[in-house]
Amino acid sequence: MSTADRMIPDRLRSPMEQRLKSWETLLLLVAIGIFVANSFASPYFLNAWNLSDATFNFTEKAMIAFAMALLIISGEIDLSVASIIALASTAMGAAVQMGVGTPGLVLIGLGVGLLCGAFNGVLVTRMGLPSIVVTIGTMSLFRGISYIVLGDQAFRGYPESFSWFGQGYVWWVISFELVLFAIIAVIYAMLLHKTNFGRAVYAIGNNATGAMFSGIRVQRVKFILFLLTGLMSGVAAICLTARLGSTRPSIAMGWELEVVTMVVLGGVSILGGSGTILGVVIAAFVMGLVTFGLGLLNVPGIVMSIVIGALLIGVIALPRLWSMWRAR
Amino acid sequence: MLKRLIASRETLLIAAILLLLALIASRFPAFIAPSNLAHVFNDTSPLILLAIGQMIVILTRCIDLSVAANLALTGMVVSMVNVAAPGLPIVVILAIAIGLGTLLGMFNGLLVWKLQIPPIVVTLGTMTIFRGIIFLISDGKWVNSHEMSPAFKAFPRAELLGLPVLSWIAILAVILFTIVMTRTTLGRAFYAAGGNPHAATYAGIDVGKTQFWAFTISGALAGLTGYLWVSRFAVSYVDIAGGFELDVVAACVIGGVSIMGGVGTVGGALLGALFLGIIKNALPVVDISPFWQLAISGGAIIIAVALNAQANRKKGRIILKRAEQTS
Repeated sequence: MSTADRMIPDRLRSPMEQRLKSWETLLLLVAIGIFVANSFASPYFLNAWNLSDATFNFTEKAMIAFAMALLIISGEIDLSVASIIALASTAMGAAVQMGVGTPGLVLIGLGVGLLCGAFNGVLVTRMGLPSIVVTIGTMSLFRGISYIVLGDQAFRGYPESFSWFGQGYVWWVISFELVLFAIIAVIYAMLLHKTNFGRAVYAIGNNATGAMFSGIRVQRVKFILFLLTGLMSGVAAICLTARLGSTRPSIAMGWELEVVTMVVLGGVSILGGSGTILGVVIAAFVMGLVTFGLGLLNVPGIVMSIVIGALLIGVIALPRLWSMWRAR
Repeated sequence: MLKRLIASRETLLIAAILLLLALIASRFPAFIAPSNLAHVFNDTSPLILLAIGQMIVILTRCIDLSVAANLALTGMVVSMVNVAAPGLPIVVILAIAIGLGTLLGMFNGLLVWKLQIPPIVVTLGTMTIFRGIIFLISDGKWVNSHEMSPAFKAFPRAELLGLPVLSWIAILAVILFTIVMTRTTLGRAFYAAGGNPHAATYAGIDVGKTQFWAFTISGALAGLTGYLWVSRFAVSYVDIAGGFELDVVAACVIGGVSIMGGVGTVGGALLGALFLGIIKNALPVVDISPFWQLAISGGAIIIAVALNAQANRKKGRIILKRAEQTS
């Protein structure tokens, strides 16, 4: 976004333009459109169990996306999240071989996530390194450690009670993961939109130096944000491992880009300073519906990526094209 | 002059590479035999080609995550063209590869230039789109060695003065882009646009257009590498060079290209790529399982970035030191 564009306050734009410009509205329309298209495309779509299954496509990624949204709003990024999943899952797998029970596994998953997040955070905030490069490095490092531990093996033998985190249902068709997703969404929405911490995140993203001089501890806030993405990756690792029932070093490969896609599609500016949790929630549903709907139509996963990629560029490009066309 | 040379990033990297080679040679002298070093260079050539393009893009404060997907798409197209028309001369194949790669790069560049969409978003999108298109056109099938014409496969391996053509292309690209970056106005524009976009605008440089050309060059190199890759390995499939974009960025970062834009050289990108290439080729030789490769290259990236930041840290006034770090 150019600086000139930022100078015009939203209240000076026409109400119609404001509404059109509201990312959440646009996304919601896209989501409804896909939902309707899906129900016409396949007779199997409008089925409670199918719809419930569809949520597994995005809940785990969305949990990370919420933390990632805060991080991106603050002007940083974490590309190592998928590798943290791999490392946390590997650690849990190793623990299972030693006979650790479910509570221990959960603690290990969360602990490894936090540790990895802290490692990223120290490198970025203490040493002042650009996060995109640091996390490209730790992305290879974390997954590399999983490969060293596992080689081409897989860890199996997770206890029965552990699988509930990925396969359990809380009520009828409402899965545990969906409930967890909703709770985490609410927590992050409160954190970002209702607390001083959330305001600090926006302030840092808009002007880090200005935020520092107005008394915000920039580095500490950023460190906490890295801890949060690490923690959420740990949570996702628990759910995903429980759902798959096994750990391979290639687990969650390529997820980092899908998580970033989800955040950006949700209207969070990759340049920092703006975005909402609601947008990310809707974007999560959009991506989940697209992959599920195309899956019902037997469209292979890789072709779905065309749709996701086009959505990502299209949703951002269309309003710009529209305003360019209007300005002529 | 001498002082500057010693302190320079490239000298440091050369020293690191020589140290690495010495360490390997202390246990496995055969590794530094000229023929093996030539093999390592040839093996690293695709990475060198892509790293040069990526360096130019990063110079202008952008990033191109679609290079590996561009490579794979172009590679698939030329191999399918080869299957359909085996008699087509290599020159035509090369033209198709470079042309298609350039077009894909231009598409990225146009979105960044005209619509001002952040480069990381654009290339994240095109990366997945290109990969999807490969699946669509190939139907998920592989193009195997026996389907490709002998001439198609022979070109990158043909030996010229003891080195394969693939190596020569990398050497030519290094020379060509060294000249472009240091001796032409376009080269200067890349540095200016990334170093200080506002100043560049006032100096009459169109920053957006400069970024467009950076993406175009990166795309052209990716397209060229696409043909070289599939013909060298004599196979083409959807996932070819999967995840390679991060190796390319890593090579640039190790080579001292600043992710903040404006700082970097062709020589640095070359050395960064060689550093990664030597590690990759040395691991099996020194009997370390290839499973260590990811972790080692990840560690190397982090160390390189940390060293780089230390070297670039200016001794500012105390009151501004913290402000410098945050911004």
